[in-house]
Amino acid sequence: MAASKKNGSQTVWFENPPVIISTASVVGPMEGEGPLGKTFDKVFNDTYCGEETWEKAEQRLMLDAMKKALQKANLQENDIDFMLAGDLLNQIISANFTARALSIPFIGLYGACSTMYESMALGSMLIDGGFAERVLVGASSHYSTAERQFRFPTELGVQRPMTAQWTVTGAGAAVLAGRGSGPVITHATIGKVIDMGQGDPQDMGAAMAPAAADTIARHFQDTGRTCDYYDLIFTGDLGSYGKKLAEQLLKQKGYDISERFTDCGILIYSGAQDVHAGGSGCGCSAVVTCGYLIERLKAGRYKRLLGIGTGALMSPCSVQQGETIPGIGHGVVIEAR
Amino acid sequence: MSFKLYKDRSSGENETEVGKVSEAMISEKQKKEYAEIVKQVKPKPRVWRNMFWAFVVGGFICLIGQVFYNYFLRLGLNLNEAGAATSSALVFLAAFLTGLGVYDEVSRFGGAGGIVPITGFANSMVASALEYRAEGLILGVGARLFTIAGPVLVWGIMTAWAAGILYYFFR
Repeated sequence: MAASKKNGSQTVWFENPPVIISTASVVGPMEGEGPLGKTFDKVFNDTYCGEETWEKAEQRLMLDAMKKALQKANLQENDIDFMLAGDLLNQIISANFTARALSIPFIGLYGACSTMYESMALGSMLIDGGFAERVLVGASSHYSTAERQFRFPTELGVQRPMTAQWTVTGAGAAVLAGRGSGPVITHATIGKVIDMGQGDPQDMGAAMAPAAADTIARHFQDTGRTCDYYDLIFTGDLGSYGKKLAEQLLKQKGYDISERFTDCGILIYSGAQDVHAGGSGCGCSAVVTCGYLIERLKAGRYKRLLGIGTGALMSPCSVQQGETIPGIGHGVVIEAR
Repeated sequence: MSFKLYKDRSSGENETEVGKVSEAMISEKQKKEYAEIVKQVKPKPRVWRNMFWAFVVGGFICLIGQVFYNYFLRLGLNLNEAGAATSSALVFLAAFLTGLGVYDEVSRFGGAGGIVPITGFANSMVASALEYRAEGLILGVGARLFTIAGPVLVWGIMTAWAAGILYYFFR
């Protein structure tokens, strides 16, 4: 017997769509100066965020985002059944250590930069499955922690290629609930890990674009919808070149979404900020979704969104050993109610 | 006796090899086709512009070095001493600017012009020292000070040895 809440091969639908009752976003100074600066709840004016190390600064971002989301929903920690979160650091320390401070039953996630969407998809399943009434989800990244783990010391002088992206310093969090008012999550399309043989860690858009395109096409097949159903389709952090690639791949599959397609990595910074291909990191899709996009849904500018959290699933070790970079994309449908 | 790699206990079979762990669902042809699309979309590196600024920035650093060198010579140092003093001065300057968070901007803009001179070497050491200070003086700074400079030293010295041996036999 097929699962009753599954459509097609990769999409689940929610009988009682979980409600996003509150969202919060906390960012660093550069994101605050960007075009979406006004949509974030809290902007630190220093990347250390008042902490001693960058790792602690990232925890500060995530903790503040989580607390802000609770506060905006008028909830306490013990009102939450589960917390689902993740980040980019080894052993997902930002999420683990934030969960230590919050003392909510915790499920740690790693989906690289797709983690926010992974957490929203799983959180919705927990709620619609009857296992939870309220779930706190979130993800974070920090330019300096990512830089030192995946690339070089931050003060080292290097010239980045035009395809390189800038890791967003920021964290986004959302409270999902079985009841309440706010936008709802109606479907989630879980992506497959896809590796088209791209191996350049300075061009992650090219590594992730096939996975994003595959998930979008799969979502249309599973739901029987076309892109006309959505006001906006957006990816997490493909950047300007990755977005072009995803568009082309979808065209080959017979879907032209270019008119209503954008990418959080393109939205978050302006061209003058010299970030080359755009923003990246778990924080990128998290803060743009929890800030700007939810705000626009609530303001009635958009009614139906399809968001694809995109992740490049490599490690510094796999890159050094010459492995190619597998990508993943998780889709979540958010609709205004 | 031939060596068997493993025994499958459910089937009782003795195996001599395993399949590829990276066996992909995607064919080499698909990968090649995608690589073609990537090649079209990917921006070309701005080689001429980068070379120009590498020349200007690298040249300017050398000019500063020359000013120091002349100054030390005038102070009465001999050629060798003035050279060593100039290197020290440039290393100090680059280390200082790295600490202020300026040198990474120099190399970001100047590329190889900022990386190749001795100032780039100083930058790689100080940047590592600053970066790993949070992990302590021994396992942080001590163990990782040469993260960037180490490979340059190892293979630089190896190359010097090879050149020295060739020189010994073929001069």
